[in-house]
Amino acid sequence: MNEHQQTLWEFMRQQSDKLAEQTLQHIGLTFISLFIAVLIGLPLGIFISRRKQFSAGILGVAGVLQTIPSIALLGFMIPVLGIGPKPAITALLLYALLPIIRNTYTGITGVDAAIKEAAVAMGMSKWQVLFKVELPLAMPVIFAGIRTATVITVGVATLASYIAAGGLGEFIFGGISLNNTNMILAGAIPAALLAILFDFLLSRLQKLDSRKLKLAAFSLPVILILLSSFYLIPATYATKLKAGFTPEFMGRQDGNLGLQSKYGLHINTVVISDAVMYKAAYEKQLDVISGYSTDGRLKAYGLVVLNDDKKIFPPYYAAPIVREDALVKYPELENTLNLLAGKINDSVMTALNYRTDYLHQTPERVAKDFLIDHKLFKPARNGNAGVIRIGSKIFGEQYILANMYSMLIKGYTDYDVSTKTGLGGTKICFDALTNNQIDFYPEYTGTGLLAILQPQVKVVDSLTPNRDATYQYVKDQFDKKYQVKWLKPIGFNNAYALMMRAKQAEKLNIKTISNLKRYLESK
Amino acid sequence: MIKVQHLSKHFGSVKAVDDISFEVQEHENLILLGTSGCGKTTTLKMINRLIEADGGKIFINNKNVTEQLPEALRLGIGYVLQNNGLFPHYTVAENIAVVPQLLKWDKKKIEKRTTELLEKLHLSADYLKAYPNELSGGQQQRIGLARALAADPAVLLMDEPFGALDNVTRSKIHAEFKALDELKRKTIIMVTHDVQEAFELGDRICLMDKGKIIQDGTPAELLFKPQNDFVKEFLKEQRLLLKFKTITVKSLWHLLSNEEIKGLGPGILVNDKDDLWTVLERSTFFNAERLNMMNLENKEMKTVSFESLMSAFYQYQKGDSHE
Repeated sequence: MNEHQQTLWEFMRQQSDKLAEQTLQHIGLTFISLFIAVLIGLPLGIFISRRKQFSAGILGVAGVLQTIPSIALLGFMIPVLGIGPKPAITALLLYALLPIIRNTYTGITGVDAAIKEAAVAMGMSKWQVLFKVELPLAMPVIFAGIRTATVITVGVATLASYIAAGGLGEFIFGGISLNNTNMILAGAIPAALLAILFDFLLSRLQKLDSRKLKLAAFSLPVILILLSSFYLIPATYATKLKAGFTPEFMGRQDGNLGLQSKYGLHINTVVISDAVMYKAAYEKQLDVISGYSTDGRLKAYGLVVLNDDKKIFPPYYAAPIVREDALVKYPELENTLNLLAGKINDSVMTALNYRTDYLHQTPERVAKDFLIDHKLFKPARNGNAGVIRIGSKIFGEQYILANMYSMLIKGYTDYDVSTKTGLGGTKICFDALTNNQIDFYPEYTGTGLLAILQPQVKVVDSLTPNRDATYQYVKDQFDKKYQVKWLKPIGFNNAYALMMRAKQAEKLNIKTISNLKRYLESK
Repeated sequence: MIKVQHLSKHFGSVKAVDDISFEVQEHENLILLGTSGCGKTTTLKMINRLIEADGGKIFINNKNVTEQLPEALRLGIGYVLQNNGLFPHYTVAENIAVVPQLLKWDKKKIEKRTTELLEKLHLSADYLKAYPNELSGGQQQRIGLARALAADPAVLLMDEPFGALDNVTRSKIHAEFKALDELKRKTIIMVTHDVQEAFELGDRICLMDKGKIIQDGTPAELLFKPQNDFVKEFLKEQRLLLKFKTITVKSLWHLLSNEEIKGLGPGILVNDKDDLWTVLERSTFFNAERLNMMNLENKEMKTVSFESLMSAFYQYQKGDSHE
């Protein structure tokens, strides 16, 4: 990386093509979903205002849909709808439904009973009462519902990037994993502006008098369709195989950038969250994914790692990194944490991960079983000589390690422990450490080198093939720059790896990344 | 014109309307009078099927209302609500045009009718483009009446049409109501709880209580031949006033004789259709000494003093109670 710190403006200018594409995708995604949500929600709202016995049920279901965590909802949909725009739009429209249904219902039932009676008494039919009286009078309330739905949808649409549906989430989540503030802001600021802008425009529309509102009621669907058409499915070149890479992998030298420059590998790629990536590969939605070599799902979903024959993925040896002031304050801490050093190799870690990821055992249980098997477990002393704060990133392996450290500290020392697990990505975890919110967390040498230190390419190239050199380099640099100490490596190497379904790889005879490239280029 | 036979409606175990029958002649104005909860509004709403009857039959022009489509039935019946029920998102013109629009009149005809109605109701044409919330309560009620009259229906149903207005505005609208030609060609059923209003506007009154009709008759019949104590009790408080409003000069004519009045005070001209209340109001206003009365039928004139008019009134009452 260059010495000069890039400003947000420079980043946005440099990435303007991508930014424009993502913004248009975001607008498109938002409005397609919104359009369909209005098409479904408005008639449903009208229906339950007529048949009140259904109102509790339908509003209840829409309410429950709203409470399902978005990433879980997206995960549920992969087996049915695959990845890409279809599940993203479906999920978004489900979130937008509640405010639209509820406000339509409230708006219509809120129309003055005397006015409805007058309409009926004048001789209007049910439909005439609805279109001439109820809907126009309920319009402000319905509009308010659509506004709420729009703002929700703009926000949730950032998550579409988890399942390869594009949008500004690509920058936001890429930035979080890459420790790149500019990238986060380049996604987050336009997303926030879009929410404000659409809310403002709709509020203007709402303030029009009823005569102009009639015009607006006709033009709204047209505008919605127009905006929806911005969403062109990420049109990249088609290849025989389809790859899904995490936003982090997409932006890294030791990720997709390296694959392109060192292997010359060009493959049709979508951006996807690692939470759903493995499943998507298993469901044959994707053929090649960027996984971690010790991930339990590798075993669970029958995937194989392609050999990195040109050595572009640097070693990712895991070790706890600790604030130096914490080591001084808690003198027994270092020796306790080093109890795990060298104890877990790649296959052991994969097996432990398999137990949590696939057998769904709790990280506590897996951690405890391991410590007992290796005669490391001691019952908790319930001491009160101080509280050690443990952090972890938001995936299974980190939870297991955090639990092991917690049990070791409680068993071997008089310290107590508070765990702050599930700290998003590298950036969130490392910021928590340097801002004295946690005392230590397990980190990987490669991540320390490339995501945190970000040295010049020459330095990376010289370090990458050598595991000890990388460890030594990050250890020295962290000590100097952040007063954070790398303790002894735990043993396993959780490096990036390209993976394919074992059967497909065997059938196509692909064992290495070079094999993959050759296959893609063959006609 | 309208025949109601054995009409019943119950809500749960409550009998809102209990086997009532009455008839309304063409161009007659029938008042359904009673306290709240007596079933008068329910009766009214069963006529245009806003409420469906549980038992009994209703005929309009010898056609059973339940044998027609409710929408078609209602298009032929004007309806005025207590709180006017104007559409707040429509202008005055659009509100008046609702029924003609539903009947698919052409634009020019609607425009002509709207202006005509506005004129008849003494409203400026400037209001056509206004929205209901920009009008006063009295003006809104006039627009509500105009909307009901727009397609010139033969039957008009009015549910406490002046109930939401203050006293001054109400008596003003009462006067207009009585003067409006258009209404003289209508068969009207009006619901009210206001005894004075009923006596002032009604040709005939059905006094209702607990879902039943207690007495059905002209205002004079209710006043002078009450069927039972309930009727007497109901009218008691305003009895004198009602008598003044019910008795016309004509009914006292045979008790009055021409007399010479020597004073120099002013005189007023009264015709025999005026009721005593009107005469009283006017003579007080002009401080009149001479009441010059004219019989419209045979053009006979009688000049009497206020005192003789009052003694004729007492004589009439005495004679009446002997009947």
